[in-house]
Amino acid sequence: MHAERMTVTLFIPCFVDALFPHAGISMVQVLERLGHQVVCPKALVCCGQPAFNSGYWDEARPIATRTLEILKDAEAIVIGSGSCGAMVKKFYPELFSGTKHAQLAGQIASRTWEFSDFLVSKLGVTDLDARFPAKVTFHDGCHGLRELGIKTAPRALLAEVRDLVLVEMAEAETCCGFGGTFATKFPMISTAMGEAKCASAIETGAEYIVSNDSSCLMQIQGLLSRQGGKIKTIHLAEVLAQQ
Amino acid sequence: MSSYATKFSRDARRVTSDRRLRQTIRTALHNYEIARDRHQTAFRDWQTARQAAAETKWEAINLLPQHLAEFADKLAVRGTKVHWASTAKQASDIIVGIVQARGARSIIKSKAMTAEEIHLNGALENVGYEVVESDLGEFIVQLRHEAPFHIVFPSMHLTRGEIKDLFQSALGDAPSDDPEALTMVARRVLRKKYLTADVGITGANFAIAETGMISITENEGNARLTAALPKTMVTLLGIEKILPRMADLALFLPMLATAGAGQPMTGYNTLYGGPRQYGECDGPEEFHVVLLDNHRTELLADPQQRDALHCIRCGACLNVCPIFRNIGGHTYNTTYSGPIGSVITPHLRGLQDWKHLSAASSLCGACTEACPVKINLHHHLLHNRRNAVKLKPSAREQFGYDMFTSVMNHPFVWWLGKKTGWLLQPLHNIVKRSPLDPVRAWTKTRDLPPVPRHSFKDWWRKRK
Amino acid sequence: MSERDNILGRIREALKAKAPRPSPRDGAAPLPQPPAGGARQWLPPVGRNFKDWVELFGKNAAELKADFLLVSSSDEMRQALVSLRDAERWKSAACHSGLLPDAICPVLGIPMVHTDKHYDVHMLEACDVGITECDALIAQTGSVMLSSRRAGGRALSILPPHHVVLARRDQLVADLPAAFELLKTEYGDNLPSMISFITGPSRTGDIERILVLGAHGPKKLTVLCV
Repeated sequence: MHAERMTVTLFIPCFVDALFPHAGISMVQVLERLGHQVVCPKALVCCGQPAFNSGYWDEARPIATRTLEILKDAEAIVIGSGSCGAMVKKFYPELFSGTKHAQLAGQIASRTWEFSDFLVSKLGVTDLDARFPAKVTFHDGCHGLRELGIKTAPRALLAEVRDLVLVEMAEAETCCGFGGTFATKFPMISTAMGEAKCASAIETGAEYIVSNDSSCLMQIQGLLSRQGGKIKTIHLAEVLAQQ
Repeated sequence: MSSYATKFSRDARRVTSDRRLRQTIRTALHNYEIARDRHQTAFRDWQTARQAAAETKWEAINLLPQHLAEFADKLAVRGTKVHWASTAKQASDIIVGIVQARGARSIIKSKAMTAEEIHLNGALENVGYEVVESDLGEFIVQLRHEAPFHIVFPSMHLTRGEIKDLFQSALGDAPSDDPEALTMVARRVLRKKYLTADVGITGANFAIAETGMISITENEGNARLTAALPKTMVTLLGIEKILPRMADLALFLPMLATAGAGQPMTGYNTLYGGPRQYGECDGPEEFHVVLLDNHRTELLADPQQRDALHCIRCGACLNVCPIFRNIGGHTYNTTYSGPIGSVITPHLRGLQDWKHLSAASSLCGACTEACPVKINLHHHLLHNRRNAVKLKPSAREQFGYDMFTSVMNHPFVWWLGKKTGWLLQPLHNIVKRSPLDPVRAWTKTRDLPPVPRHSFKDWWRKRK
Repeated sequence: MSERDNILGRIREALKAKAPRPSPRDGAAPLPQPPAGGARQWLPPVGRNFKDWVELFGKNAAELKADFLLVSSSDEMRQALVSLRDAERWKSAACHSGLLPDAICPVLGIPMVHTDKHYDVHMLEACDVGITECDALIAQTGSVMLSSRRAGGRALSILPPHHVVLARRDQLVADLPAAFELLKTEYGDNLPSMISFITGPSRTGDIERILVLGAHGPKKLTVLCV
């Protein structure tokens, strides 16, 4: 059941913009293929999570406030990352609680979805007429999984991709070890966690590790490249954009 | 950085590079997960059971004065001596006093994390008493002069070979490295101690207000023996262990077993309501219950984090935590490890010294998902981080985030940043992984993603 | 001011700031009051009648590596006990006074320590088996519920290496909520000083998480039910 043509405000987070533009480009392509209008406000850059996660809530508010103001009149907001999605949906209400932006934060949270969640839950779409002939495994980014409850949506989408075979890894739900600044504040723990994730993925014999969070993919790919592994990483949107 | 934080990073580095130890921990916890999932599925509605447990503990903690008073009064009516200790030192002084007053010569103890918290064994040893740990895992780490590795599985980190060598050198008795044979060695040694101990010291898992009883959960039967044979029994517990009603145990005992150990029910769940009563044929002549505060009232006073006191010490959060799995319990260097330890230790022992435990997390949320009483553990780690910064912000970090804001709130500056990153990439390749590399914390073990020439916003602008 | 007053005072002061109740999942119905009163709805299912409960208790006992035998008469119970004596080579036993032990235990014909008379703990320790009654058998968990008042004290059921429980069919209850209700009915305000839920023989997994029976408590648990 396809929804009426919507104007979707696509929030491509700062690191996806700078380092993984193809994930963002794929999201635009998929949304336009479904007949929706996509807008990407130039001033929309960052959700403010790095400062927030480190405990610098006062320093996170200026970025977050600006983001709220840009998104004020958006009909539907789609965020291209589970962790930034969690920031806007779950943590903005907490960050702004007791301030004059509290109500706005709550309203915007209710109009915000992570990309795969938007397709499946809001648009009711799983078949994107996509084709990706490969054996893949899926890594559940923690914020998407546990803050936003995203588990079945990506899998429902992958199930409709022609010639794609999905094998689940044993540690699909275990954290990859990125955790934002955690990755550089505690690099040895982050690396140990990432190694366990890579090993679990490689064990499936998959050619690709797919995820809905580019920050996880950055961590996993970083380790794989150093190890010289053959398995590749790719964002869910890029898989869905292939035809 | 506090010296605890420095030691933490050093120990974390050491353990994460010890592949053998990491594998031992992973194997132990993997089996737990399989069993836990099976028993959780046996519940007709695990999620609603968690909600009921969370609401019950909310009632217990938010009506604590009434419940504690009822608990203490009902115990006293049947001959139990109830003691109240505001500090760790008061608690250990009280227990030392009891032991001395009773003319005790030997003490047997069953597992009590609260006793670790107040360093009770050390206090007793300082005045000349030998304290024997009867729980097998605790017995093992006691022989090694080590702290427990995990609040429920104290010797999880050791192989059978290491335990065999330990028993050989410490006890002179280790027929083989077979777990059963080793367990029988401990059984033989400890039986002698049970029969001769004058004082038995226990902890408690729950304190039942309605009937004035403590509840002890165990698999081995060592607490049962500690509470049966010695003439004096002393139970130490935190004031937060309260449950309002005896029937609440019908929910909590199976949940504790499932979440904590992947069992439908633990081997021995025993309620104790007093010393030996008239008409009973054995049991201690004296029963003392020591109620411990030790900063719990401070945690209670923080309405946002009060629910950390709902903890039933099941260990589920430790079992699922990927950080715990990779650094092990000793790296935390404090009584309570894992996510719950990271949440409460700043309150028990000081925020500035222990905030690093809250920082050492990727906030994956597996702990919150696993907690049978629905404590919002990973969000509390965020709150600890915010509270630490409010009290003592780092000027360097503050400056860094202010700069970050300036960049992110000015699209042109952001564009400039991206272009600069792309331009500097070849330069970075030269210093990569060397001491001059500013992102060496990443590049030591991981490759950086290549910075593309055109960002998403470049592409978006061009297509218009 | 006593330390009790100090602590209770601090608690009252601390609780002046209100903490929110735990919020249920979206769309979930509110829970009964008290919340744990609904435990039956969420705990594993137990079936509807004695036949279901006996089967469930037996299944649980087997998984716990406890022995469960349903017998149809006191004679059969005596026979079962004698067979155990021969199989396990018991040389001495311990028990307490009660309807079932008085009727059943004498058949063993071996030295018997009675814990409800003044007893020596070293003699109890040397016994091969401790034989007790119980307050209930709980189908849901395969547990034996017993007390210091009706099972010969605290040590009898935990010190000897084999624990035998003599139970009656009417003592089999469905689940833990039923067991707690029974305690209230049987004892009212005068509860024994020890009530224990025994679920299988003593066990430990402290060495490499390998299951070993008989860590400190009994290595064997046998439930005979008439």
